[in-house]
Amino acid sequence: MTGNGWKEIGFGAGLVVLAAFVPLVSDGYWLSIAVTAMMYIALATAWTLFSGPTHYVSLATGAFFGIGGYLVATGMSDFDISFWVMAAVAPLVSVVLAALVGAATLRLSGIYFVIFTLGLAEMIRGLVSWVQNNFLGSRGLYVLTDLTEAHIYWMLLAIAAVVYLIGWLIERSRLGFAMKIIGNDEGVAKHLGINTAAAKVALFMITGYFTALVGVVIAPRYSYIEPNLVFSPELSFLVVIMALLGGTQRLWGPIVGVIPFTLIWETISVSFPNATTLYLGLSFLLIVYFIPNGFVGLVEKLVKRRQG
Amino acid sequence: MTKPGRTLLKVQGLTKRFGGLVAVNNMTFDVHEHEVLGLIGPNGSGKTTTMNMISGAFQPSGGSITMNGQRLSGLAAHQVARLGVGRTFQLVRILPGLSLIDNVVAGAAFGYRKRWGAEAESFARGLLQRIGLGDHMHLPVGSLTYIDQKRLELARALAGEPEVLLLDEWLAGLNPTELQEGIDLIAELRREGRTIILVEHVMDAIRSLCDRCVVMNSGAKIAEGTPRDVLSDPEVIRAYLGDA
Repeated sequence: MTGNGWKEIGFGAGLVVLAAFVPLVSDGYWLSIAVTAMMYIALATAWTLFSGPTHYVSLATGAFFGIGGYLVATGMSDFDISFWVMAAVAPLVSVVLAALVGAATLRLSGIYFVIFTLGLAEMIRGLVSWVQNNFLGSRGLYVLTDLTEAHIYWMLLAIAAVVYLIGWLIERSRLGFAMKIIGNDEGVAKHLGINTAAAKVALFMITGYFTALVGVVIAPRYSYIEPNLVFSPELSFLVVIMALLGGTQRLWGPIVGVIPFTLIWETISVSFPNATTLYLGLSFLLIVYFIPNGFVGLVEKLVKRRQG
Repeated sequence: MTKPGRTLLKVQGLTKRFGGLVAVNNMTFDVHEHEVLGLIGPNGSGKTTTMNMISGAFQPSGGSITMNGQRLSGLAAHQVARLGVGRTFQLVRILPGLSLIDNVVAGAAFGYRKRWGAEAESFARGLLQRIGLGDHMHLPVGSLTYIDQKRLELARALAGEPEVLLLDEWLAGLNPTELQEGIDLIAELRREGRTIILVEHVMDAIRSLCDRCVVMNSGAKIAEGTPRDVLSDPEVIRAYLGDA
């Protein structure tokens, strides 16, 4: 173990402690922004766990997130199951889905995977809407709990910290090293003895688990859940953009991307509520064109220049 | 040099069809322990396809490959690698995003004899020294010259300590000085008693390095024997040069 690794973890732990105080010093508007930001931090870090090293752009965030949110809602509204039971069950359903999707698509090269994951979220949304309208009655689903914004914030913070810690451990494990090699040259990886399909599916399942868990935890905030809200393709794209803005070569990259983008996005949604998709596309283009390696890439370039 | 020993790898009736094209047709040959076997023949004769089937990159359409009695044909590439087959590629394929050391550790971490952590790193350092990259250890991989990239790829393949090493035109594209260095390097591996299958066009290398040669033409074996014998075989000469 290098000293650097421990320093990173120490720094991370310090940040978590600091972040835990946010609900105590802010409320209302700023706390609500903090919850949104923390949700995206957890989602983007979970996304980077898989997509960072493999360079497979996953648009399945909406699907996993939606499974979390929707299952909690339907479990509580239709079957009177407690929030906590559903919180335990829903992410496991998402893991199974990730395993199936992974087994079916991760043998394919990047672009097919992107399209498949986007289609997956849309398909599930359509399917769930159809089932709900035809069999469950088209009434709304309610997630009524005693959880406050602050509780939700702390749970999201805990998820983000755990995801980060898992990513940190994976980075130092043979699985993480295998993922790096796969991202460099998958053909070579196979010939070095790496079961590339198994490694990719394993990581995709971890991403699926935590993405759904975020969906579960955020559900009480919406109170009223309908498929179009939680199975949102916009969410999938937002997470990709934030992760890219931060930079996906480092696990902390997405965190740096989420905070400014959440604020920008908040401004856009308030000022131009009818043109969000336009601005979403525009920011995508600008980021990919001007900072292809994200803030992480910028910082590392500056450090290198100073050293050189 | 160690005397060639028992049969390590057995290729029997190996065939590969791509649609209607028969790239490899009923190839049969043995590779003995501690032997350097040259797989030679004109361009397009099926040498690389044969190598790709041994390493598990392609599945054979027919026939079998066994190593130490264990069947390799039908296994995926990563399984073949774990059973002790290491390889380099016709067009050099290093891992550009990894450091030099990590490129070699990559070969050690998942292969036949697994090493990880500090042990893998010191093993990788040792290999890089031996292969002539000791002075470049901290350079970025992208700054390596062509032969150094080839060296690095070789070190990566050696890092798993494979039972059989497949070198696919490892000497191709080197200038005369580099070529001599390359031949010396492989000669050293041969002295260590490694088992190597070599696809090669460089005749000097074939003569000086190979214990035995298998000659292919149009996917089939046309000769087998010592380099001297096969290179004077009229059919081999015809395959390379055409009818006189």
